[in-house]
Amino acid sequence: MLISNLEFMTGKKVTKHLGLVQGSSVRAKHAGRDIMSGIKNMFGGELKAYTELLQESREEATERMIEQAQAIGANAVLNVRFSTSSITAGAAEIYVYGTAVIIDNPA
Amino acid sequence: MEQLLYVAVFVTLGYFFGKRAESKHFKSLIEREQHLNALPAMASRMPPQDGQYDQVLVSGSVVIANDYFKTFVAGLRNLFGGKITTYESLLDRARREALLRMKEQAQQMNADLVFNVKYETANISGQTSKKPPIIEAHAYGTALRKL
Repeated sequence: MLISNLEFMTGKKVTKHLGLVQGSSVRAKHAGRDIMSGIKNMFGGELKAYTELLQESREEATERMIEQAQAIGANAVLNVRFSTSSITAGAAEIYVYGTAVIIDNPA
Repeated sequence: MEQLLYVAVFVTLGYFFGKRAESKHFKSLIEREQHLNALPAMASRMPPQDGQYDQVLVSGSVVIANDYFKTFVAGLRNLFGGKITTYESLLDRARREALLRMKEQAQQMNADLVFNVKYETANISGQTSKKPPIIEAHAYGTALRKL
């Protein structure tokens, strides 16, 4: 599965558009991480645990989008966008969407 | 009285540790940016039309917390209005770090260019204004490698 946030594949032709596909994932941070981040909030700096958490969450959302694209027979997803929103104090939602297409001779 | 003392201690601690962490971070940012200058990242949506490219989505993200001193200063600023310099530097750091991580990922796959770079920033400490801000910066784009 080819994924790109450009609107086309360089040197390849899109033969069919299959519409929008999407994936989302909501994750909460656990208490241990929350306490650590409270301490970090005094001194500032990167919260590595959160960075990893959001990264995993983003991967999962992308995975779900790919599953959906595969289910409708696409071999590429173009023009992919991410969006993040914090729902409550402890959780964030990652949403990813793009256009599923069929391209000829995907390498 | 006791509470005031706590605040004073936290503000001083936040000031010294936060300042040290920030200057260290800026130093490493400048160093790595120079190192990655050879790999340009662009906001343009049109990739070069000459020849075949390998096209892969790359992304980088970072979560940064504000220190107590900065939150305190910003709280004071909110009374009078005006520019909040302490937050500006925080956002600047986060965005530059995210872009660098994206570029590092692109470099690992020997990309020549990164196109259509997009940023997004989210506040993940929730909607309550009482909590000090934790922000996430995320940069993503399409890395192109000439075949």
